[in-house]
Order: sequence, then structure tokens, then C-alpha cells
Amino acid sequence: MPTVSVGRDRLFAALGRSYTQEEFEDLCFKFGIELDDVTTEKAIIRKEKHLEEEEPSEDEEVIYKIEVPANRYDLLCLEGLSQALRIFAGLDPIPTYTVATISKESMLKMHVKPETSQIRPYVVCAVLRGVTFDETRYNSFIDLQDRLHQNICRRRTLVAIGTHDLDTIEGPFTYEALAPKDIKFTPLKQTRNFSADELMEFYKKDLKLKKFLHIIEGSPVYPVIYDQKRTVLSLPPIINGAHSAITLKTKNVFIECTATDLTKANIVLNTMVTMFSMYCERKFEVEPVEVTYTDGRSYVSPDLSFYQMEVPLSYLTKLIGVSLPAHESACLLNKMQLHAKHSISEKNEASFTISVPPTRSDILHLCDVAEDVAIAYGYNEIPKITFPSVKPQLLNKFSDLIREEIATVGYTEVLTWILCSSKEISTMLNRAEDKTAVINGNPRSADFEVVRTTLMPGILKTVGHNKDHPKPIKIFEVGDVVQLDEKKDVGASNYRKLAALHCGSTSGFELIHGLVDRIMEVMGTPFVSPGDKTGYYIESSNEPEYLKGRQAHIIFKGEKIGTFGIVHPQVLHNFDIPDPCSFVEIDIEKFL
Amino acid sequence: MAEETVLGHLEHNQEIPDSGVFSQEKGINHDELVNVIKSLNGFGLVIAADIKREKWLLSDEAQSYVKYGSAEVLIFEAVPAEGTAKAKLQDIVKSKLPADLDDNTKSLIYDKGWAQAMKNKWIGLADSQVSQKVEHVEDRVKDLLIQIQNGEAVGAKDIDALKRRRLISLQIWKGYSVKKGPNYAPKRRKAVTDLVRDHLQRDEWKDIEFKEYNFLAKGQPTEGGCLHPLYKVKLQIQMIFLQMGFEEMPTNNYVESSFWNFDALFQPQQHPARDSHDTFFLKVPSTTNSLPEEYVERVKTVHESGGYGSRGYGYDWKREEANKNLLRTHTTAVSTRMLYALAQGPFTPKRYYSIDRVFRNEAVDRTHLAEFHQIEGLICDRGLSLGHLRGVLEDFFSRIGMSKLKFKPAYNPYTEPSMEIFSYHEGLKKWVEIGNSGMFRPEMLRPMGLPEDVQVIAWGLSLERPTMILYGIDNIRDLFGHKVDLSLTKRNPICRLGLN
Repeated sequence: MPTVSVGRDRLFAALGRSYTQEEFEDLCFKFGIELDDVTTEKAIIRKEKHLEEEEPSEDEEVIYKIEVPANRYDLLCLEGLSQALRIFAGLDPIPTYTVATISKESMLKMHVKPETSQIRPYVVCAVLRGVTFDETRYNSFIDLQDRLHQNICRRRTLVAIGTHDLDTIEGPFTYEALAPKDIKFTPLKQTRNFSADELMEFYKKDLKLKKFLHIIEGSPVYPVIYDQKRTVLSLPPIINGAHSAITLKTKNVFIECTATDLTKANIVLNTMVTMFSMYCERKFEVEPVEVTYTDGRSYVSPDLSFYQMEVPLSYLTKLIGVSLPAHESACLLNKMQLHAKHSISEKNEASFTISVPPTRSDILHLCDVAEDVAIAYGYNEIPKITFPSVKPQLLNKFSDLIREEIATVGYTEVLTWILCSSKEISTMLNRAEDKTAVINGNPRSADFEVVRTTLMPGILKTVGHNKDHPKPIKIFEVGDVVQLDEKKDVGASNYRKLAALHCGSTSGFELIHGLVDRIMEVMGTPFVSPGDKTGYYIESSNEPEYLKGRQAHIIFKGEKIGTFGIVHPQVLHNFDIPDPCSFVEIDIEKFL
Repeated sequence: MAEETVLGHLEHNQEIPDSGVFSQEKGINHDELVNVIKSLNGFGLVIAADIKREKWLLSDEAQSYVKYGSAEVLIFEAVPAEGTAKAKLQDIVKSKLPADLDDNTKSLIYDKGWAQAMKNKWIGLADSQVSQKVEHVEDRVKDLLIQIQNGEAVGAKDIDALKRRRLISLQIWKGYSVKKGPNYAPKRRKAVTDLVRDHLQRDEWKDIEFKEYNFLAKGQPTEGGCLHPLYKVKLQIQMIFLQMGFEEMPTNNYVESSFWNFDALFQPQQHPARDSHDTFFLKVPSTTNSLPEEYVERVKTVHESGGYGSRGYGYDWKREEANKNLLRTHTTAVSTRMLYALAQGPFTPKRYYSIDRVFRNEAVDRTHLAEFHQIEGLICDRGLSLGHLRGVLEDFFSRIGMSKLKFKPAYNPYTEPSMEIFSYHEGLKKWVEIGNSGMFRPEMLRPMGLPEDVQVIAWGLSLERPTMILYGIDNIRDLFGHKVDLSLTKRNPICRLGLN
């Protein structure tokens, strides 16, 4: 996106009030531009010269660097920017630009020679009469040309602008294409005469101009504009002549835009004249120039006519998603510099005739008008309309993510039964009777007496039945256990647990400990010192199903969430497991 | 040896009251005994209590005083009753000292003795003549040193004086008193680090003792693979799209023509994005082999002179530009192909998404790479509005943890209206741009053949940006590419996007 640098104080003066930076940023945000940087001219120079350590002085003029949309050429200078914001704020009406009424005979003329079609076929021109320049306006006038050249003109390939002091030259003018050696003139900032081919060589050393030479270099003819006395106005798109250079004292400005793209030439010319006609004696009035071709074609430029569009109100409200009364829509359109004439169609539908001013070349379609209305209405004021969508079941999705992580570090998932015998959750685990268990009233066999309160028996039974499986056996399960819960309507609740086991010629206690660390790592939990509640630590424990001295609690954010250890040999014996095992069980709901 | 002595002694005795005494009685080196006691204490076989004793130790100098008398007495006694020249005194002293002392020591004794005897006013110096000033002296220093050596109590003043003369120094002696511990056994069982199969088979597990386990250290690191963080995030975002009813587009085509990448999107041929410093144009294969001709014709017309209610761009559209191949700069090229395909049949509403690689001819820095991943979502239906766009964006972004959004008008050649999406970053305490959105222009949709009342609302963002915000990464090269630290990938936590 192009960036425009404007003096803050001058901008605020033009806007008729001052803003805090925050207020101004907010205004920019709503309008669709962005305050990119706040700096000073001296700071920019310091930065260029790498003198950043130098202290800035108080009196430096603050410069706002403002990013503007790439299709809004009318915002590329202080004049256009402040005008757009004033209209947006409702301070100013939309200016009406007019082309001065002059008879064809007294109109300035630019005659285009057919040779130009070989290199740069189009030219459009205009005159600004009675302009009052001061240093600021003059600089802005030059800067706007630079920015247009950089952006829409695509570094002068599509369009090049020449501006001249009309009082130093005399029409009619001719736009020609001649052999380089036949073009001779004194270019801007030079004191001697050059031929065009000489000049091309000369500018190869010019940092600013050398990047434009390729546009015409190698062509047998170069484009050139002469006045009646054969004074060279310019050698587009490279340089203007020194003779017609504009100064602070210039009153009447002749503008010519030569181009390979006529549409863009007109946009560029319109941008130049609309922005600076505000400094003309007759404000917003531009004097036309007739462009004639040898083959008889001719047109008058600039074309400042309004582009008319018919917009049904319903189109705007449907596209934006708000209902707007017609008068309100018209106000919103006006804020964006679009004239709107309200009418009722034959079908009794409200409609607008929109007049797009010549400054708004970005408006191509009704959708552009709709966007402007939406901006003026406020993007963030548009009510949201939601689509039906579904949300995931947090616990289950989360369990799936953990399951994948455990599997990727080499543990195989097992899926065991919820139901088991009561001794499998008590005596077989060296534990007393589990008073928290849900008891089945009519089990068909002892295998279905209770609902598991731990994943341990299922996992141990799996190992007991896989004695022939090559060691080590590394398995895990993520599943629910059920425990009595007075707070629940039915008196019992599910709890999501994770269990893993290592079985081999050694118990693999350190491996299960490592798995605990890994689980904590993928939970993004740091390992902390005992007592610290910001992460997890391990604290030795004394649970009957584990071997004494080889077991520990896992403390997560100050809360015990699980235990791991070497399974007690008596428990292993109870489940008919001949090999040592280490086991971990964690309450994963605590991670949510 | 020492361990058995300690455990054996405790079998029949209440305690070992003093390891120092015990070591002398049993003839065991005390340091060795201390190590044994510490180890037994660690395993709870014994309980050891610290004993600390302070002991004054005689310096080498003091020891010579014990043997030969203190230096000042030696000096005093060396002075003849009639006195002597000071110059001669040193020789007299040295001749009286035992022959086995070396000359240096003799000199030292002389110097110290002279100073002390003078200080005591035992001797006097006048006209270089030394003479005794008292008749008789007692060697108290020697007596005190002998008392200290024998462990007898000595007054604090004397201790202080001797300490200042550096004749004695304090030594702290450490020892233990030892009692039976909770795990006491007359003989220590072998400590092991893990339970092994043999322990179970031989039923030895009851007798084995484990080496103490350090729970302050981490366990053995797990082995196994890890998924890339960027793709973990991608998976979660895919899940979000599916939950919102979006269908994935096929994006496995990096090579694209300018036509599908730009022209079909109503992006003018002079647009800066089409410059070679923004886009990778291809040398091989340099141009596309075919394009849908009728559609191309409609696209050309809409660029040149508009239609469907548009003014068009008013320039000469060049087929050669459209034919140029490139590496797709956005996945919207795929969306365009999908919408074109959709327009070829009777209209059905669609919700599409994709997350895949795109390419930009950009200089690589902390926030830019020449390739990155684009997330794109679009809804194609009748009667869509900006309100719908806001609704779907709020839904999508709140699922990735960005629930505070605001929208800024922006320009994009193929969307109108266009909205830049900003999210409030709680950490940075400011609004940050996170993506772009808008409604596809009629100039893009109508030439495809989509009906006039069909709108497409769409949004796009990079996969890298939210991932960097999520994992606190500030350099994109630390996240994606060959310079990524593998251990970072391994340490990466699960991605909980979409679970909030």
C-alpha cells in the first residue's frame, strides 16, 4: 500500500481540529487508512545518515506517514486526504469540479503526430489558471506527481506527467516522436543543451532518473512535446525542459500526461487537476485542452464528468446486511463523496442515482458503492449473522490429542472392559474394599460385579494374557472410571483417566517416570521444585498396589493427579504376571 | 569390614556413643568409619547423630616449644648474667639450641624469642648491651601448650594470647553417635536400582533393597517421533473448519498460470503483485498449455470494458500475461478453480477451505519467508452479506482463541467490500492484523457463470502467524524450514486450538 507523508499540524489545520494520536488512529481505522509511522523530517534524515543517537529537538515538525488504499489516488496528497476526511466527517460538501466553458477556437490545442503510436501513443492535457503556490503547496504538487508515478503510473511506464509554466510557452503544442539525435533541448536542472541520445547517456549516472531510461531506450524514436516556437516542453517519460519549469511564482500551469494506457492517463490527469484546482482563482475550475490526431480523431481533456450509476436501496442493504432508510443511505453515500439522488422505481422500489466524481476512479461497480456505504455506516456496527456450526466435545477431543502423543512415544493402545470383579479393584491390588465403586445388582458372572474405579486391573489382565508377547510390553489406555458421587443426580460420575504400563525383564520404572515427564511436556507444564504450584513435581508415595520406595505421586499445580511406580510383586502374582511392571495412572480432566 | 563392625556392634549394644572413640577402640580409620555410617544412615539401617568437637591444635612452632622450651625463655637463658653485646646474642642462642634444628628455624626462634622477651621486660637493651632484667622466669607458655596438648582446659585469656601468637589453631572434629535405624539388619542387603525378573522368579523381592530414587530429577526421556508444531496447528484448524461445515479443496498444485492466479480474480495485469519481485514466474514450464477459452474471453472482456454492471479497468488485456506460469501466490487460485467448476453445473451452495503452501518472491527476514501456508475459507451462497462475513469470522477466530475482533476497510482487487481483520492481543496490549476478508467481486464471479444473486464471502490468513502468537515464537525461521531446532519440535506441546 502506498504511504503518504504529511505534516501533522498542517493536516490538523486542514481538518479544522487537532486530534490525539489515538483519536486520529481511530479515525484512520474507520475510514480505511492507517497511521503507519509518526516521525519528523529531521529524524528521517538522521536515520538515513545513521545519526540516530542525536537528540531530537522540540521544534521539529511532526510528520504522519499514512498508508492509503492502492486504488485511492485521490488520497495521495495532503489536499485530497484532508478533503476526504472533512467530507467523511460531514464538514464539507462534495466539491463540484467544473471544466471552464471556452469556445473550441480559444481552447489550447495539443496535436498528436502519428509517429507517437510507435512508442507512447496517448496524451491528455489540462490547464490550471490563477494558481497560488506557496512552498508547502508547491512541494505537495511535486510530491503528488512522484507518488502517482510510483503507483498508478507503474514507474512512468504507463503514464508520465509533465507540468509547465504556461506563461513561458505558447500553444498550440505538438506531441511528436522523433529520432533521438533530432531532439535538442536544455533539460530541467541543467544549463546546457543536450541531444536526446546524449541525454540518455548522461542520465545513466543519475540515480533518480536512470531507472526510467529503459522505457524508451532502444526505440528509433523518442516521444517529445513542443510548443509553437519549437521549445521542448518535455521528453516523456524521462525529463521536462528547463525552459518551462514551474516555480513558486507560476500562475498558470499546463499539465500533460503521456501514456500507453489512456484510461490511466485520464485518471492521473484528473487526480492532478482536481487536487490542485482548489488553489485556482476559480476554485475547482479547470481549463480544457483539445487533443487532435492527424487522422482526424480529437477529444477534449480533462473529462471531469460524473459517472452515473443506478443503485437500488435493497442492493445496498442486502449486501451490507443492515436495513437503512433511504435518507440515511444518502447521507452515508455523501460522506464517501458520492452524490445520491433518491428516486422510486416503477416497481415502487427505493433507488438512487449515484454520481461518482472524477476523483473516485476506484468505483467500478455497485459493489464499490456498497462498500463505501458500509464504511460510512461503520464495519464494526454491522450486526453479525451467524451460521449454524458445531462445537467439539472438549474432553473427548482432548483425550484424542493425548492418545496420539502417548502412541507416538511407543505405547500401544488397549481398550479394556469397564466392568470387572470387585476383588480386581481391591484385594488383588493389595487394597481394602473400594467403597467408592458402583456395584452391579445382577451380574451374570463375577467378572461383571463392579464398575472399574481404576484402569489398573484391565491393563494388568491384558499383560497377564499376553505373556508370550515379546518384551518389553508398552501399553496404555485412556478411558473412564466411575465412582460414587453424591452431587450427581444418579449418585455416580465418570472420570477420565490415562494409564500406561511397561513390562519387561526390568520394571522400566525410569521409563514410566520419563513417560510422566513427556505427558507433562506435551501439556506444556514445567517441572518445578516441590511445593511450587506453577508446574508439576514428583513426591514419593506409599500406596499398597506399588512396591515400597519405588512409587510416587504426581503433583500438578499443587494437586495430586496421579501415581506411578513398580507394581507390587504380590499384585503381579495376583494377575499371573511373571515379569516386573511399572504403571502410571493419571486423572487427565485436571489438564482441562 | 567397617560396616560389619558397626552393624555387628549394634546387634548387641544400644548405640555407638562416639565414632571417634569407636574408631580408636576398633582400630578403624575414622574417615572410613564416617563413610560407612553415612551410607548406612542413607538406607535407614542406622540413625546417625552429628557430634561436633572443637580441639586446639599446636602449630609446628608450638611443638618445638613443648620440646625445647618457649623461644622467650631460650633467649632469656642465653643472656649471661653479666650481659652481652646484642650482636653476639644470636650466636649464643643458636649454639644452645639443639643441633638437629636447621638454621632457619633457629633464626625464627631467635626473632620471636627476642621480641617476646623484650615485651615481657625480661631483658633490656642499653648501648647495644643486652642484660637480664629479672632474676628468674617461668616457662608458662610451654606449660600451657603441654596442657592443651593433653586436652586439659586452659583459660580463655591464655587461649587468646596463644592464638594471637599463632601457636595454636582451632580444629573442628566431626563424628557421629550411631543407633539402630528403621531398616536395621545385622547384615546389609544388596541395593538394586530396579525390580528385575530374577527377583520375582527367585522370590527375592522381599529382601532386596532399592537404591534411593531421586524424584527431584526427571525420568528417562521417552523415545519416539513428534509431529511438527505447524502441522499440529493445521490439524486443529482443519477440525474447526469441518465443525463449521466446510469442505476441503484440493490444493496439491503449486504450479499455476497467471490466469487462474490473477486474471480470473479480476486482478489487473499492471497490478504490482504481478511484478517479478513479488511473484516467482517460471522459466520451465514458462506458460500454461491450455485455458478454458470461453471463460478466458469473458475474463478479458470484464478487464477491458467491464460488464455485469462494471466499468472494467479500461486497458488492453494481454493473453501472453495470462499464460505466464508461476508458483501460486495464494490458495485463492484454487478457490477460483473450484468456484469456476461449481458454476458449470446447477448452483449449489458451498463452504470450502484449504490450508496449504503459497510462494512469494520476498526477502527472508524474521517475519517473512519466500513460502508459507495460507489458510482460506469461503462460503458461496445466495443472499450473503457483510453481516454473514462478520458472523463467520467471529465464529472462526473465537475458536482459535481470538474472540476480540475489529474490522478495517481495505483494498484488495478481487474483494469488495474488503475487511482487514484485527485481533486484540492481550500480551502485546494492542490490536494486531491477523488476516483479510471480503466478498468476491462480481467481476470475478459473474464471468465464471455464477448467478447474479450468488455472493462469495471469504477470508484468508497465514498459518504461521497464529502459530507464532500461540507458541510465543518471534522469528518465523525458528518455526518453519530447515533451520528449525529439532529439539524445539520435540518439546512442543499439544495444540489445543479449537478446544476452548
